[in-house]
Amino acid sequence: MRIITAAFAIAISFIVLLGFFLPIPVLMSLRAVLTDWAVVIGGIAVLVGIFNLVAVQMEKVRMRQKGSVLGAILVLSLLGTFGFGVMFGVDDPLMQFAVDAVIVPVEGALMAILAITLVYASIRLLRQRRDLTTILFLLVAILFLVAIMPKPFDNSAIDQFILYLAGVFSRGGARGLLIGIALGTLLTGLRVLFGVDRPYGGN
Amino acid sequence: MITYEVVGLLVLIVAGLLLLAFTAWRRRTPASLRRIDAYDRLNREVGLAVENGTRLHISLGRGNLFTARGGSALAGLAMLRRIAERTSVSDRPPIVTSGDASLTILSQDTSQSGYRAAGAEEGFRVTAGRLTGLSPFAYAAGTLPIARDDNVSAHMLIGDLGAESALITEAADRQNASLVAASDNLSAQAVLYAAAQDPLIGEELFAAGAYTGAGAAHEASLNVQDVLRWLVIIIIVVGAVLTVLGFGF
Repeated sequence: MRIITAAFAIAISFIVLLGFFLPIPVLMSLRAVLTDWAVVIGGIAVLVGIFNLVAVQMEKVRMRQKGSVLGAILVLSLLGTFGFGVMFGVDDPLMQFAVDAVIVPVEGALMAILAITLVYASIRLLRQRRDLTTILFLLVAILFLVAIMPKPFDNSAIDQFILYLAGVFSRGGARGLLIGIALGTLLTGLRVLFGVDRPYGGN
Repeated sequence: MITYEVVGLLVLIVAGLLLLAFTAWRRRTPASLRRIDAYDRLNREVGLAVENGTRLHISLGRGNLFTARGGSALAGLAMLRRIAERTSVSDRPPIVTSGDASLTILSQDTSQSGYRAAGAEEGFRVTAGRLTGLSPFAYAAGTLPIARDDNVSAHMLIGDLGAESALITEAADRQNASLVAASDNLSAQAVLYAAAQDPLIGEELFAAGAYTGAGAAHEASLNVQDVLRWLVIIIIVVGAVLTVLGFGF
């Protein structure tokens, strides 16, 4: 069964890939159909994922683990929102209220915590790794912040120079990193294509 | 007329042939890999977790497999396969979190493969692979309790994560847990550089399989990446020289 799964996955991968590169009508239409199927399966995967979320939380409740009360609240809220959404639709004002009153403030609060966490991480970095790269990293971060912050005096020429200088190096560095990541992604994809890595459980 | 598709296909064929050739070579002559502190730490933490009866947390991020971000998720899955195999004897199996439903299913399948390879499939629990949230902050918020409540001694964040990864690294630091982190996202790399003990930069993320002993093909991938990187460097330099000389493209 595992061999059949692997052979099936590899064959489909090759068809989709060739359909992308070669302008042959049969391959292109096959690619479109297979991609559509994948999108549908991806949509169903979300439901499976939510079921997994409920299963994990219910296990917590059953085993009376730490945070089981929060788990129970999560499951009840999820079922309530899901049921309400199915019955009245996602455009219902009460559904919008649930988003505006719960999700937006919570994500906003997490964003604020993130800002403080990042400042703290920068301070901790200097304590953990006192080397030239760390000092350079923090120096550039501080210079960048100084350049973009509002000032009571006109300092635009210096600010522009700092941003230009930081931009030249950061753009170059970012391109280098992205090229490396692109090559890594290419080789990872090829390993899956050749059946060396089988994340679909065929290993 | 040479189109981008033709160039892309050529690159793909060359990379594929190189991968096959290097894999055959690496099967005969295993590579000697340069030392990367983060992977030394990772291998050490895997062993320690089994010995101490603590848990590992592996975060695969939110890499959607329908986008280019899926590459880092697949690299994380390759590492997970090896870690699952090595920790299958532990009383406390690793917890794998992700922010994409398809990735969660694949993480469960991959963990199960690792357990099966170690002959310990009965120890596999499907709830060890968890979907903790579908948006960046929901994912981070869902992952934070694991750092606090599940006796985790080491966190491995390998995949497509954004700036929200700082919240997870902060939670790990509060629990004095070890941290190995890599992302294909540039903002996350900056964040992780500041937050992780041994940061992994750029394509080092994709070396996870080779450094956890996933086999000759993973070592060969690193060789092919090196060859292709040199090709890209040569093309960039030649292109720059030609542009300076007035041969525009």
